[in-house]
Amino acid sequence: MSLAFDEYGRPFIILREQERKSRVKGIEAVKASIMAAKTVARTLRSSLGPKGMDKMLQSPDGDVTITNDGATILEMMEVENQIGKLMVELSKSQDHEIGDGTTGVVVLAGALLEHAESLLDMGMHPLRIAEGYEMACKVATENLDNIKTRFEFSREDIEPLVKTCMTTLSSKVVGRLKRPMAEICVKAVLAVADLERRDVNLDLIKVEGKVGGKMEDTRLVEGIVIDKEFSHPQMPKDLRDVKVAILTCPFEPPKPKTKHKVDIDTVEKFEALREAERTYFTDMVQRCKDSGAQLVICQWGFDDEANHLLMHQNLPAVRWVGGVEIELLAMATGARIVPRFQELTADKLGFAGSVKELGFGTTKDKMLVIEGCPNLKAVTIFVRGGNRMVLDEIKRSLHDAICVARNLVRDNAIVYGGGAAEISCALAVEEAADKVTGVEHYAMRAFSDALQAVPLALAENSGLPPIESLTAVKKRQLEESNPYLGIDCNDTGTNDMREQNVFETVIGKKQQLFLATQVCKMILKIDDVIKPSDFE
Amino acid sequence: MALSQQSGILQQGASEERGENARMASFVGAVAVADLVKSTLGPKGMDKILQSMGRGQEVTITNDGATILKSIYVDNPAAKVLVDISKVQDDEVGDGTTSVVVFAGELLREAELLVNQKVHPMTIIAGYREACDCARSVLESISFNNQSDPALFRADLLNIAKTTLSSKILTVDKEHFANLAVDAILRLKGNGNLEAIHIIKKTGGTLQESFLDEGFILDKKIGVGQPKRIEDARILVANTPMDTDKIKIYGARVRVDSMAKVADIEAAEKEKMREKVRKIIDHGINCFINRQLIYNLPEEMFADAGVMAIEHADFDGIERLALVLGGEIVSTFDNPDTVKLGHCKLIEEIMIGEDRLIHFSGVALGEACTIVLRGASTHILDEAERSLHDALCVLKETVADARVVFGGGWPEIRMAKAVEELASRTPGKKALAMEAFARALRALPATICDNAGLDSAEIVANLKAAHGAEADSRMGVDVVRGEAGDMAVLGIYESFRVRQQVLLSGTEAAEIILRVDDIIKCAPRKRG
Repeated sequence: MSLAFDEYGRPFIILREQERKSRVKGIEAVKASIMAAKTVARTLRSSLGPKGMDKMLQSPDGDVTITNDGATILEMMEVENQIGKLMVELSKSQDHEIGDGTTGVVVLAGALLEHAESLLDMGMHPLRIAEGYEMACKVATENLDNIKTRFEFSREDIEPLVKTCMTTLSSKVVGRLKRPMAEICVKAVLAVADLERRDVNLDLIKVEGKVGGKMEDTRLVEGIVIDKEFSHPQMPKDLRDVKVAILTCPFEPPKPKTKHKVDIDTVEKFEALREAERTYFTDMVQRCKDSGAQLVICQWGFDDEANHLLMHQNLPAVRWVGGVEIELLAMATGARIVPRFQELTADKLGFAGSVKELGFGTTKDKMLVIEGCPNLKAVTIFVRGGNRMVLDEIKRSLHDAICVARNLVRDNAIVYGGGAAEISCALAVEEAADKVTGVEHYAMRAFSDALQAVPLALAENSGLPPIESLTAVKKRQLEESNPYLGIDCNDTGTNDMREQNVFETVIGKKQQLFLATQVCKMILKIDDVIKPSDFE
Repeated sequence: MALSQQSGILQQGASEERGENARMASFVGAVAVADLVKSTLGPKGMDKILQSMGRGQEVTITNDGATILKSIYVDNPAAKVLVDISKVQDDEVGDGTTSVVVFAGELLREAELLVNQKVHPMTIIAGYREACDCARSVLESISFNNQSDPALFRADLLNIAKTTLSSKILTVDKEHFANLAVDAILRLKGNGNLEAIHIIKKTGGTLQESFLDEGFILDKKIGVGQPKRIEDARILVANTPMDTDKIKIYGARVRVDSMAKVADIEAAEKEKMREKVRKIIDHGINCFINRQLIYNLPEEMFADAGVMAIEHADFDGIERLALVLGGEIVSTFDNPDTVKLGHCKLIEEIMIGEDRLIHFSGVALGEACTIVLRGASTHILDEAERSLHDALCVLKETVADARVVFGGGWPEIRMAKAVEELASRTPGKKALAMEAFARALRALPATICDNAGLDSAEIVANLKAAHGAEADSRMGVDVVRGEAGDMAVLGIYESFRVRQQVLLSGTEAAEIILRVDDIIKCAPRKRG
């Protein structure tokens, strides 16, 4: 611990209570950080690729999650170490930006740091390594632009999109049903996609699940599914061609926010109040009826009396519908969200082709399916699965696949997967490194080696001899100058990823490289770690 | 594990297990759970006593897999997966909750052997998947459907009910209860709404005295001084406060300055209630059923008007009543002309054992019925209800999907045979996994034999031989005589849906556990 003394020999207090903080400095600090990051990366390494294994995570409350989605694993691991948290953030930002490749980015960052460690041992300055990595990253991304191909599809020809989604899904638990699932995802994305603006609003795709049934029963609902039932058990369960009113006011007497009291001191007042209460309810329901609504969807609760009046007026209603669902419903049906009964008019109603209440198995769970809306811009994927863990995992997998499809809609440039892009970039970086003199030369070589960690892990997880398979592919790429050769994870007998239809989006891949390099740089720049000691 | 703990990546108290260790942990946990319920499988399965940790330490005696697993607290994450599938099986088809866990456990046991032989878990999964597909198509092809012929279909249903009940406490009276369950289900006329079947448990008497009633029985009392028997009843089903009518307008309160006014308000309040009762009576009814309490004042008024008033029918009861009687649940009483009243031919008070119940007969909805269970103790009744519920669920599924297979391990033997044939044609290590799958399938009939104290190896081998010799043999385990027997003759039938669900969810659960190579347990949340 560094101490400074003033001219009287008294120690300056530089850090408050510094004797109680542990501190690591200089190269030690960098190494400790690298160590931590590597540990996190190693946990994820075995989840990479189509044959990657799952992790079982038990939350503090004892709930079990089984997944091989990198971002989810890291999030639920509750990493405590600061550097470890950086890796978690890394994976999360990849998830937010791209939605796929969350495992790959962590594995890559781990590999970069691992190689940086040996460079540090050679006595290189951490920042020089970081600079070298930056240069290499630039070369690699340029190379990605060179090897990328355009990927053609249209609303009619969705086959290519389906194939991409299948690649993403093949590594997940739904691998058995990748074809139908991929089709569901692509249809969902295209339903909400704005092909002219090349944009997809993912909020419009809802993934809703219910435990039970088979995975095969998963389907795309061209409309909205809400986990609610009609407010009165005797309302009709199946409605066709209905006008929908969406309300955000409760069917209850008003509750003004200002504190107030209604004093009753005579019998007349008591009677008047009773009368007011009664008319209030009839009035509310009558207004809904008068507007021509045939279905009322409300964000709040109903009083028993209001509930019966609605039922009596033959006006089916749903209560306690969440805010997000309300918005989706409004978008789909074209209804305006009405905050007060007074403002409810005929032109603010929406339309739905069919509203149905579905029951499941032997339990009393029910859900509402709203289909046939004029604005087909909101869809729901309704997932079924054998148990809660499978269901959650299917949801996550579908989310990944949807993200991939969305990225392709946004930018249809692709590179080939199975480690092909990484190997090609590694070769390009190696070549560029030879032209660079100075310390950066080594850093770039290290970057190239780190890139190969991805295909190595892929081969290892697929049960192939890692080094043999990698070097064989590398050699062929060099000889044939064919950047589409990768690791044959699925044992199909060909290394050409074009035949296997394994590809990823260029944006995703670039993002991986950028993010991993950035995190590396950040970690390498840390030379002092101060933290409060464990025992207080 | 040691590594990550040293470097302090995870929180204190968290643990991580990797690779072989993780796999071992999940195998051990899952197999332990499977072994726990294994002994309850089959007609000669044993029961478990479950004592709750809560106050009173209530005791449940059951051999229903889902009930057992629901009640135990497991810490092992893999075991939780199995508990979960059993629960889902219960929710989806209602039966086969033990089979699915035992099957998944056997698959994992076999997988453990393969992993020890250095077969990669992914290869095992690939093999299991193919085997599962094959088994499923076999199961589909061997199922049969008698829906077109009502008499045969009824016989099928009876046999299924008997098979389901034979493993439960009701096995002695299975003939009786199978008839009860089938009658109840057939009354539903295929709409599968189990709500309409009401089960009432009353201690006393014997199980044999349980009966099916064509009307509806409500476990409530009729108000004092009101008619106990009404013919051609017009019934109003309501959900409204009949004690004091609260003022719902927010912030209202009574402020008076003299005692006289208090009396006035009170009188007004009473008048309000009187008016309400009058309005209700104006519906032209002679029976009023409310979800909430009815206080003495209105009760007396109803008595004066000769209306039968039944209070405090709980929420479920009121919904069911409304459904059965064909009325609507009413909360306001201003327009008597348009309210749909419920009807029934006769309401009367009946006695079951010591208790008085209200019996509605000749109800509008012909589908409804009530099963009254009698038995010596609450434990027996609870278990009887669970068993009957299982049977009803299975029957309901069968009515929806009329395909039927034989029981007694017959489908498993058939599937195992087909999977083994597939394995013999498959090159590569996958074939090992398929063989393992076939063995796991055969473990089900073997367990049935073991639980009955029979020589499982001998019987299963005989079955295998019988099926090998004859392509469409109908041999299965005959537990009573302890040998292989013709399932068609013995009348042991099972629902196709149940068997299919067992096959699929069992495989799915095994797969998901096999895929795990790392278990991370977060530090338990600190309490209070």
